[in-house]
Amino acid sequence: MNNLSSYLWQILELILAVAAAPLLTGWVNQCRAWLQNKTAPSVFLPHRTLHKLFHKDSVVAENASPLFRMEPYIVFGCMALACGIIPTLSTDLPLSPAADAIALVGLFALGRMFISLAAVDIGTGFGTMGGRREMFIGFIAEPALLMVLFSSSLISKSTLLTSIVANLTSQDLIIHPSMAFAAVAFVMVLLAENARIPVDNPATHLELTMIHEALLLEYSGRSLALMEWAASIKLLAYFCIGIALFLPWGISSVNTPFALLLSLLILTVKLVVVGALLAVLEIVSAKFRIFRVPEFLATAFLIAVIGMLVHFLLGA
Amino acid sequence: MPNFALQLLNLLAAIMLLITFAMLSQRRPLSLNRLFTLHGVVLVLSSLLVAYVTGNSHLYYSAGLTLAIKVVLIPWIIHKVIIRLKAESDVDTLINVPTTMLIGIVLVIIAFNLAMPIAQLSTSITSGILGIALACILLSFMMILIRSKAMPQVIGFLTMENGLFFAATAATSGMPMIVELGVALSVVGGTLILGVFMFHIREQYDDLDIDHLENRKED
Repeated sequence: MNNLSSYLWQILELILAVAAAPLLTGWVNQCRAWLQNKTAPSVFLPHRTLHKLFHKDSVVAENASPLFRMEPYIVFGCMALACGIIPTLSTDLPLSPAADAIALVGLFALGRMFISLAAVDIGTGFGTMGGRREMFIGFIAEPALLMVLFSSSLISKSTLLTSIVANLTSQDLIIHPSMAFAAVAFVMVLLAENARIPVDNPATHLELTMIHEALLLEYSGRSLALMEWAASIKLLAYFCIGIALFLPWGISSVNTPFALLLSLLILTVKLVVVGALLAVLEIVSAKFRIFRVPEFLATAFLIAVIGMLVHFLLGA
Repeated sequence: MPNFALQLLNLLAAIMLLITFAMLSQRRPLSLNRLFTLHGVVLVLSSLLVAYVTGNSHLYYSAGLTLAIKVVLIPWIIHKVIIRLKAESDVDTLINVPTTMLIGIVLVIIAFNLAMPIAQLSTSITSGILGIALACILLSFMMILIRSKAMPQVIGFLTMENGLFFAATAATSGMPMIVELGVALSVVGGTLILGVFMFHIREQYDDLDIDHLENRKED
């Protein structure tokens, strides 16, 4: 019975995360607009956009293969599943032993592979270019993300995200210098993976510089809504990984309604603060040339490697 | 030393290493100067921490001196010089950042191995902090070697001094006051002289590229 209730909680958390994800995107956009002295759109704008898109007809190119039609569902599924593995509210997740941190990176990679394949599938110039660039960024961002996760799993000696977080929250306040490196590397990967400003501009439709938008160019209606939603969930998932690894205080270890409500409150506060910080980071930085991006991500990878080294050397 | 303070010191050491790596990959002089200021701030914090923990009151003075000279005075001088020389857009193109970072990682490993036997003789600190201080020194030394422009080389030199200072504070709870005063004054003097040098290099060659000086060598 206890087991069943924890499954129920898990599903509830998952639904909450998926439903609330566009709010985070809306909040970041709102902060950005404020910082640019613009009149900010409502936080609910992404939700309204999704609502609008779901009611529109979908147009599919004539030469689209079944892969193109399937792809939004696969990507959405990947991102939703990722949200189920990441400990957002509590560390008592019955689904989490199914996949550890490495599988999580694999899930993101699966999503990326299908996005790129579908973009190439239609055969338009922009789609192909976007697909190639997405893989180009992904192949360096992935090892960097893995290294970040390894640094934190070295501390708790487990690659399961839930046990990493449980370990980090349960012990007394111990400062891990390696986490400082991992955090910097993680922020760099987050910017690259979620198409934020130094790497890609989410607000632009300038054809030659866009990556994320180029991938979605051929989608419309319901499929486009799912893809946009998946992008929002991905941003939330990355934020939640970051919060779970670097600011884990307040994530409850038991599934009682009161504890979950409290950790939901704490998580909301953290997301609001971190989202505003992301907006500030985007405002103060300028977009890179595309060929500077590998340098940026290689730096992220090497910083994560130094973090691991520091863990071994300072710990010894 | 209490466990928590030691961890805090470890964290500061790690942040210092991180900033040194950031300086390695930074191309623009003004941003480099900002990172250097941050480096100084971390140094001040670590001095204050060691002073608080060991109760050495002269370390407070030395932290104050570091704050005045390395966080306020020298970055201000460098900023002025950069503006006066119009060197804001002097971008170093020689270096390949990932390769530099890879060499940097190797240097860190060497520094840690070098510091291990020395730190075993000491009772006050862990081997890690001395290793990080040594790594900072080696990394800034590398920065002097690989940069072709005068400004990053000067900043690399000053960073090296910061690393030495950190090693001294962490390993022996600070040098005698008179030595620190002497070092601090000579660093300010050195910065001023290097500033004058840069003006002269600029006047001679219309550029801050050190390679021009190579041609002056007698064969």
